[in-house]
Amino acid sequence: MTKPKESNVAPPNRRRLSWNDPGTRSIIYQILALLAVGGAIWFLVHNTLSNLSARNISTGFDFLNREAGFAIGETPIAYSPASTYGRAITVGLLNTLRVALIGIVLATILGTLIGIARLSSNWLIRKISSIYVEVMRNVPLLLQLFFWYAIISETLPGPRQALHPMPGVFVSNRGVQMPTVHGEGLLWLLVGVLVAVILMIIMAKWARKNQEKTGQIFPTVKWSLVLLFAVPAVMFFFSGSSMTLDVPELKGFNFAGGMTLSPEFAALLIGLVIYTAAFIAEVVRSGIQAVNRGQWEAAEALGLKRGQILRLIVLPQALRVIIPPMTSQYLNITKNSSLAVAIGYPDIVSVINTTLNQTGQAIEGIMMIMAAYLTVSLSISVFMNWYNKRIALVER
Amino acid sequence: MSTPTNLVSTEKAPASTIGVFAWMRSQLFSSPINSLLTILSVWLLLAAVPAMVDWFFINANATASTADECRQSSGACWAMIVEKHRIILFGLYPYDEQWRPLIATGILVASIILSGWRKLWNMWLLVVWTVSLTAVAILMWGGIFGLTYVENTQWGGLPLTLILSTFGIALAFPLGIVLALGRRSNMPAIKSICVVYIELIRGVPLISLLFMSAVMLPLFLPEGMSIDKLLRAQIAIILFAAAYMAETIRGGLQAIPKGQFEGADSLGLSYWQQMRLIVLPQALKIVIPPLVGLFIALFKDTSLVVIIGIFDLTQAAKVALTDQAWRGFSVEVYIFISAIYFVFCYSMSKYSQSLEKRLATGHER
Repeated sequence: MTKPKESNVAPPNRRRLSWNDPGTRSIIYQILALLAVGGAIWFLVHNTLSNLSARNISTGFDFLNREAGFAIGETPIAYSPASTYGRAITVGLLNTLRVALIGIVLATILGTLIGIARLSSNWLIRKISSIYVEVMRNVPLLLQLFFWYAIISETLPGPRQALHPMPGVFVSNRGVQMPTVHGEGLLWLLVGVLVAVILMIIMAKWARKNQEKTGQIFPTVKWSLVLLFAVPAVMFFFSGSSMTLDVPELKGFNFAGGMTLSPEFAALLIGLVIYTAAFIAEVVRSGIQAVNRGQWEAAEALGLKRGQILRLIVLPQALRVIIPPMTSQYLNITKNSSLAVAIGYPDIVSVINTTLNQTGQAIEGIMMIMAAYLTVSLSISVFMNWYNKRIALVER
Repeated sequence: MSTPTNLVSTEKAPASTIGVFAWMRSQLFSSPINSLLTILSVWLLLAAVPAMVDWFFINANATASTADECRQSSGACWAMIVEKHRIILFGLYPYDEQWRPLIATGILVASIILSGWRKLWNMWLLVVWTVSLTAVAILMWGGIFGLTYVENTQWGGLPLTLILSTFGIALAFPLGIVLALGRRSNMPAIKSICVVYIELIRGVPLISLLFMSAVMLPLFLPEGMSIDKLLRAQIAIILFAAAYMAETIRGGLQAIPKGQFEGADSLGLSYWQQMRLIVLPQALKIVIPPLVGLFIALFKDTSLVVIIGIFDLTQAAKVALTDQAWRGFSVEVYIFISAIYFVFCYSMSKYSQSLEKRLATGHER
């Protein structure tokens, strides 16, 4: 053929108005899709508005300023039935954040331990941890929550016969009572911890420089532990301030003093931590296994000890694999904390559920639940993405 | 032919590397820390296991006819399960008709098992599921073949859990494929619709969607039209599962090399032909193991319908517990239904692991 090869892109002036042109087709498809989605939304909104006016349900967020009139069991900020709905919902949100945050920290610790235990060279430890993971992963979380709640509220003794596992701690069907610490000394201890952490960072930097210069390895971990205990203790004694221990005591039919973890909070926290730790364990295990065997062997050839290999060679590489699935586990804890409504812990879902039963403003209520979770989910994923980027492998 | 026994005399392995003691030394006492851990865990097991065996079996009472008789023994009261198993397994379904949900459960379980058989992974699977779901519908609703009609508000227990999860998986799957393809589309409008949908659904808990189905969906519908509660919950579960499936399937789509798309293009296949014949068969094969994981998660998540008062296995157990005469045995009942959930989920996850091994066609070293 003598004709020059035709370009497979049609000239722009022929591009219009032909069904055979992919560009035109794609624009038509998109317009159709937008029309369909827009039409569906219009249809739903239209129905909703007419239904609401037919049922005399008011719309808008004015109800947030009205008096709530219901009590909430656990209130991290001051709240009474005379407070507004807005404040009640804030209390619910704080309760959600509280259980999610504590849950994330505890589940990470427990999950990492179990994940490492699944790779242990000890047969017994390996078996126990894999039984744990298999059982916990394969039973619904809701059921586990009911189970723990039943254990706490049914099988634990009353306050008078409370279990007393260690001095100052009482476990009964009213929850867990723990001693708290008051006074200026506490402040000094916290300042001490802060100073110790700063010293540890400085020491780590110095140790690295020193090692680069002289080849000497400084026992950073040991000295960090020493600093962490010594500095706060020294500061506490030399400040001369006092600290009072508030130990719970049995008075009448219930406990006074100290801090109380309600049965609902305890059941929710135990359930969330134990359930999620099983998933985190799997994430950690697969992350460690993803590190090539050659890395272990090379590190052994360098004469590093097992702990050093894990800390210096394997974990930094495993973290890259671990972070993305770990993020979704953290998001799961946050979302799963909404199951609190089933055992009566006043989280945001349960407070808003009460609110919408009282006011009938279902749409606003559910929108607020969704907005709250979306905000929390998006912020966690933004933070974890930032962290992931920081530790990701930098290639040329 | 003489055997060359005189060339190398067979020797036993060194005594220090075989036998129980060598195994114990290498597996349990290889280092001081390991020995300490072993001793600690043995001590913990000795403290916990005999007490549990005691509670589970030795002091348990499975034959008591009244709750008071049960309270006499210090162990578990399995008599509670014996007494209440009908309501836990079948909910409020009319007592004399409960053979119907029993057979329906059997059919559903059988179809799930058949779906795991790889020889059936073709049109036959569709036939199997059409036949079995029709049979289940006929059995559960009744109204024909001389079966009395049973409203779906009376359904409950294990068959309901299975129905919610199988329909959820079956209908979310095609929706998930469409969403995944949409998210990878070149058309910005379609892509953003899919992204917004997927991220919105994945950002909120299932409970909020169930609440939405319970209180908001009735407001969405035009005057005079209503959908019953069970169907609304089912819709919420499908919409929820579809978003997660879309993300899983998208992972598979991303793993398909560009050459496959270009090859399909050069054969002159249309977009849907490309997807149906070239891309999806490969992509779906890659994501089968994570999809089974998703099925397990969905199966567990159906228990959340308790919160909007639908009578699934978990809710049936809770109702069984409200009987005043048999108060205080919730732990036994929860262990019983946990065992049911466990059997389903554990076998699915074991199946997924074996599948992963068989489908691994030499990608890894």
